[in-house]
Amino acid sequence: MPARRANRRAWALLKSVAGFLVIVATTYLGLLAVTFFIGRVVPIDPVLAIVGDRAPAHVVERVRQEMGLNLPYYQQFILYAKGVLQGDFGTSVLTTNPVMTDIRRVFPATMELATVGTIIGAAFGIPLGVLAAVKRGSLADQIVRILGLIGYSVPIFWLGLLALLVFYARLGWTSGPGRIDVVYEYTFTPVTGFYLIDAIITRDWAAFRDIFSHIILPGSLLGYFSLAYISRMTRSFMLNELQQEYIVAARAKGLSETRIIWGHALRNAAVPLVTVIALSYAGLLEGSVLTETVFAWPGLGLYITNSLQNADMNAVLGGTIVIGSVFIAINLLSDVLYRMLDPRTRS
Amino acid sequence: MNMGRINTRFRPLFAGAAMSLLLVAGGFAPASAATPADTLVQAWAIDDTITLDPAESFELSPAEFIGNAYDMLVRLDIDDTTKVKPGIAESWEISDDGLTYTFKLKPGIKFASGNPITAEDVAWSFERVVKLDKSPAFILTQFGLTGDNVAEKAKAVDDTTFVFTVDKPYAPSFVLNCLTATVGAVLDKKLVMEHAQATTPSDDYKYDTDFGYAWMKTNYAGSGPFKIRDWRANELVVLERNDNYYGEKPALARVIYRHVKESATQRLMLEAGDVDVARNLEPGDLEAVQKNTELASTSAPKGTVYYISLNQKNENLAKPEVREAFKYLVDYDAIGATLLKGIGEIHQTYQVKGVLGALESNPYTFDVAKAKELLEKAGLKDGFSVTFDVRNTQPVTGIAESFQQTAAQAGVKVEIIPGDGKQTLTKYRARNHDMYIGQWGMDYWDPNTNADAFTSNPDNSDDAAVKSLAWRNAWDIPELTKQVQAALLERDNDKRAELYQKLQQEALETSPFVMIFQQIEVAGVRGNVKGYRLGPSFDSNPLAPVSKE
Repeated sequence: MPARRANRRAWALLKSVAGFLVIVATTYLGLLAVTFFIGRVVPIDPVLAIVGDRAPAHVVERVRQEMGLNLPYYQQFILYAKGVLQGDFGTSVLTTNPVMTDIRRVFPATMELATVGTIIGAAFGIPLGVLAAVKRGSLADQIVRILGLIGYSVPIFWLGLLALLVFYARLGWTSGPGRIDVVYEYTFTPVTGFYLIDAIITRDWAAFRDIFSHIILPGSLLGYFSLAYISRMTRSFMLNELQQEYIVAARAKGLSETRIIWGHALRNAAVPLVTVIALSYAGLLEGSVLTETVFAWPGLGLYITNSLQNADMNAVLGGTIVIGSVFIAINLLSDVLYRMLDPRTRS
Repeated sequence: MNMGRINTRFRPLFAGAAMSLLLVAGGFAPASAATPADTLVQAWAIDDTITLDPAESFELSPAEFIGNAYDMLVRLDIDDTTKVKPGIAESWEISDDGLTYTFKLKPGIKFASGNPITAEDVAWSFERVVKLDKSPAFILTQFGLTGDNVAEKAKAVDDTTFVFTVDKPYAPSFVLNCLTATVGAVLDKKLVMEHAQATTPSDDYKYDTDFGYAWMKTNYAGSGPFKIRDWRANELVVLERNDNYYGEKPALARVIYRHVKESATQRLMLEAGDVDVARNLEPGDLEAVQKNTELASTSAPKGTVYYISLNQKNENLAKPEVREAFKYLVDYDAIGATLLKGIGEIHQTYQVKGVLGALESNPYTFDVAKAKELLEKAGLKDGFSVTFDVRNTQPVTGIAESFQQTAAQAGVKVEIIPGDGKQTLTKYRARNHDMYIGQWGMDYWDPNTNADAFTSNPDNSDDAAVKSLAWRNAWDIPELTKQVQAALLERDNDKRAELYQKLQQEALETSPFVMIFQQIEVAGVRGNVKGYRLGPSFDSNPLAPVSKE
């Protein structure tokens, strides 16, 4: 009998994997189709981005034909989808590079910033949320609440400029906009595109300092915004846990409060928190356009926005697919983490 | 509250906070910001650069890179912008019939690669532009060049003699001015052809080589004072001194452009010394820079004008009295004093200051009574409603809002339709607007380009081959169109200037273009930068004379 049971389990696994793949495939196709048609109906002439406003009419017409824009929409879509299946996402008209080359360049910039932001957000947001929950209604709770509220409601654009003004221009504690100083531009060679890691790999500590001092300000800013969200969610999860019977039991057993809060309550609140943090990370990975603008950060957000404004549809579609993939991957990852943290989900 | 208990319970929190304070304040404070002494760093929005190929590039920021990294036969004299001065050509002669231009090249000069510059390179560069036929190619093909005849019409007679034959006896100033455009850049034939790819001839493209088109998008083959070393789209451009340059060598070893879009960010970087020059300062930030004793600013009027245009397909806007009334409904003084402070000056004619034949005349002032009188004459005593397509950037949004208010005083209800730049432009190009606010940059430094745009419309039908600004506003003007063509063939410079002034006067009175201002390009510059200057066009912003103390 055990062989049969194993068989059945393998079959169930196969079915769930297949189901997952079907969902992913339809998601991608839907994503592709919707973005493609939105891109084609926006009232912007994509030819303009290439030839400019002043080109003679015959050049405009020729480029339109070269881009295949005179074909019916469905044919354009089939051509595009065919290319994507062969791994060809087309060429960006703005940078003249293949779209994936561009994305390989801009995505690490965004990912590095988002990672730093999420680490800061979680490192401060969780303890603050715990503090607010434990000291519910106290002054500390109010302060955390106000901190969170500011994080939600203040425009990031304004806060970014303010942070630059204070920490960069007035105090001189951090470096300014951009990822790295121009003096390192030709001595520092990126390997992975994640500059902090690259600096460690090449043991270029001067560059590491410079890169760190560039990323800390936009990283803290994004960190603050995810902190606002994470601390609110931590607080409510913690409040929920602290009312549970096992807390009473633990107290009755005479465990220290520290142990109860950090070891028991937070441990259980951590499961839903993983989803919260993962989603906030995924949100940052889309690239924060405004932060990237203020800090002249050459990331994905700026790339896609700029492409969209010029109807550079290959770039927009490529970027959308990357973001879609990131969301799918992060959801998967948080599922895996769930299983690790919560024994009940392992059957 | 028991402080001791909090301390133990929230130890992780405090530890984290202390750690990060240490990191920021201690170990990672940056060294004092300053750019290297032999490098000029400029913050500039360079996202309009989509190619570095002079045969294709037609935007603003690449014009500056190409202008400094390439050389043309003749260059614009930025001290007297109605004239040209020698570039690669040492001297030139024009035949009596006005059809043949013979250029004598400077002897013994080299490209950055070390290859000699010969008349063959010049002829081939012309051939390449004509056969590739990209956006700016018309600047050369308007002289009658085609893929079939270019080898005959643009020809190397010997190593240092280049002969250019035009199809009509044009005004020499017109021909020479066009040759100063970036499309006239002379390319290193040998270097480019090493990177050329074979192509299959077709009906659209009859040649078996791409003339290095794919390679030239991101590479460099010129002879200017600087070389283009690197371009990373939306990130940076690096120019490096060309040690093979035949003229006086630049003091700077390199010039780095960093893509920074935000005016306030540029200002902070300039103040901190992370950049030496900031190029996109808005009025508020510019004022702060001008007040700072460590910084200076420099400016130059540019070849770009901003205007409100009235589509003549709208029956109200087509009335001559309405066109005139609208010119009285702009509050020029208020707009000039606030929105345009330092970045533009009121300018009511369509030719820019400094170009041959520019008319200096600003007769209109804000006058509601006069406008009302004109509207009444047009039978629109009670006003009317009209839509206005405005892209969502400054200063055009501000100007549109100002006009909306002032027009309302005469009973004209203006509905602003905000949109993205390319979106409003797409609508405008299809003549689907009522009112539009736009900017027009000269294609090349000669009065013909703007005369042709604003006062020429050879065919007003919807599927016309030539779609000038007059066409976009359905302004049907056969008589003015003829005058523009006549001015092209006037070989006496003074008479030519007069013809253009007459055209501008006519446009000032009757055209559907309410001209608002001429752009002033302004840059904030650090005090230790010497010799930084802006020219009348982007390809004449010279970097060679710049040095740092």
